[in-house]
Amino acid sequence: MSPAPPFQMTGGRVRYDGREALRGVDLRVGAGEFVAVLGANGSGKSTLVRALLGLVPLSGGRTEIYGVPPARFRDWKRIGYVPQRLPMGGGVPATVREVVASGRVARQSRWRPASSADRAAVDAALHAVGLADRARDSAHLLSGGQQQRVLIARALAGEPDALVLDEPTAGVDAANQEALAAVLGDLSRQGRAVVLVAHELGPLEPLVDRAVVLEHGRIVHDGAPPASAWTPRAHPHHGEIEMRAG
Amino acid sequence: MLDMLQYEFMRIALVSAVLIGLTAPAVGTFIVQRRLSLLGDGVGHIALTGIGLALLTGTSPLLGALAVSVLGAIAIEVLRARSRSGGDVALAILFYGGLAGGVLLTNLEGGGTSLQAYLFGSISSVTLSDLYVVAALAVVVFGVVLLFGRELFLLCQDEDVARAAGLPVRFLSVLIAATAAITVVIAMRAIGLLLVSALMIVPVAAAQQVTRGFRATMLVAMGVGVLSAVTGLAGSFQYDLPPGPSIVLLALAIFLAAVLGGSVVRRRRAVPAPLPGEARADARAEAEVRGG
Repeated sequence: MSPAPPFQMTGGRVRYDGREALRGVDLRVGAGEFVAVLGANGSGKSTLVRALLGLVPLSGGRTEIYGVPPARFRDWKRIGYVPQRLPMGGGVPATVREVVASGRVARQSRWRPASSADRAAVDAALHAVGLADRARDSAHLLSGGQQQRVLIARALAGEPDALVLDEPTAGVDAANQEALAAVLGDLSRQGRAVVLVAHELGPLEPLVDRAVVLEHGRIVHDGAPPASAWTPRAHPHHGEIEMRAG
Repeated sequence: MLDMLQYEFMRIALVSAVLIGLTAPAVGTFIVQRRLSLLGDGVGHIALTGIGLALLTGTSPLLGALAVSVLGAIAIEVLRARSRSGGDVALAILFYGGLAGGVLLTNLEGGGTSLQAYLFGSISSVTLSDLYVVAALAVVVFGVVLLFGRELFLLCQDEDVARAAGLPVRFLSVLIAATAAITVVIAMRAIGLLLVSALMIVPVAAAQQVTRGFRATMLVAMGVGVLSAVTGLAGSFQYDLPPGPSIVLLALAIFLAAVLGGSVVRRRRAVPAPLPGEARADARAEAEVRGG
């Protein structure tokens, strides 16, 4: 394989309705690296990871997935994306297994039914997040933390080399956060790259190799995870000053 | 009741009712999941312009409706993707333009009576050659659902995740809209353009009262679709009622029964209610005990 890193952004800018959400971001995520993207609400965290995946277009700079701009990237089976929330309820019900199995789609052919490898990968993903016993239940009837695990299992079912998670811990209770930390720890040990957006790290902190802190669309810290007391949410003003100084 | 099978037009109508009952809810399941429940309505309005054009130019109304409604569906999808807020108004303009244009064109042609048949359906209007076209279109619809079902499922769940899985999101969006348009044309003769989309939505709404999964919802909805289409058609023959309203009212009756039955089933299963915000660990544990 080419040595290109999973994600590399150079001078990335994103503009929403005339407002700059990202103002020149340089970020490289190496293979097997676990990077946390931290910052206050509106700092551009979600925009950054969505731009890394090509889901929002850049107004300046460039970004590459395994060395290829998102528009020309074809090897999507190497990427797993866990969006912020399960956009469920109101629509047609889907079982946990159906949702998780849809994560295989990048590895499947339109012309063939699901193979035994597909089924094994779905089983493994369900086991990894501890929801094997809920496989036949409606996903939208699970608790918020369990729904988050369903979304993670959907990404895992595709057996990606790089996983992008947008606020997987938001609104998730302590027990589910611990379960999530265990799953992500396993993935990281298997050598997969993880990019994780979070408000605060909590039980995920020991897993993180590098933390990137965003503020008003710029990276203000890139290195060891800042001490918990510095996280913008806990002490916004204090944290801001400290991170600018660092 | 069986004496209706002696009439050829009735045999043709019943076969087309089965095809409608199968295809409309199958496509409708994706449409409901994508929260585009009114798409079929919009396409129905636009299709009327196609019929008007076909009557004026002396071509087949079925093919006229097909061409114009597929183009209209693609236009709706493009408008929807382009503008987040203005799309709503643009869609409404397209609907009213389609309906007004259709009524005007059919009147110009002097087809005031056939207008009624197109709007609310008519059993005797389905000819054998129409049936061949409808059957071919039904094969297209099933082909799309079978071949692209997995991709459409993910698209309808979450467009961003579909994009990050490398799916051709724009193509699939147009595909599902065009397939809905084809379904409208399949159903328009028997049910009528103003009620077509009811058979795409109501059976799905009924099915999801009693099902837990997507595939199960689609299959149950197809069953409800066939049941209401065939029974409604037979009833309209027997009692000389317009077929479209008969079929749709039957589907609605099944929906009401499913709402009542569903609440009983849910109480039996005692699936824990979704917990807004987040559950405490003890509530979660309790839910798992009850749910498992």
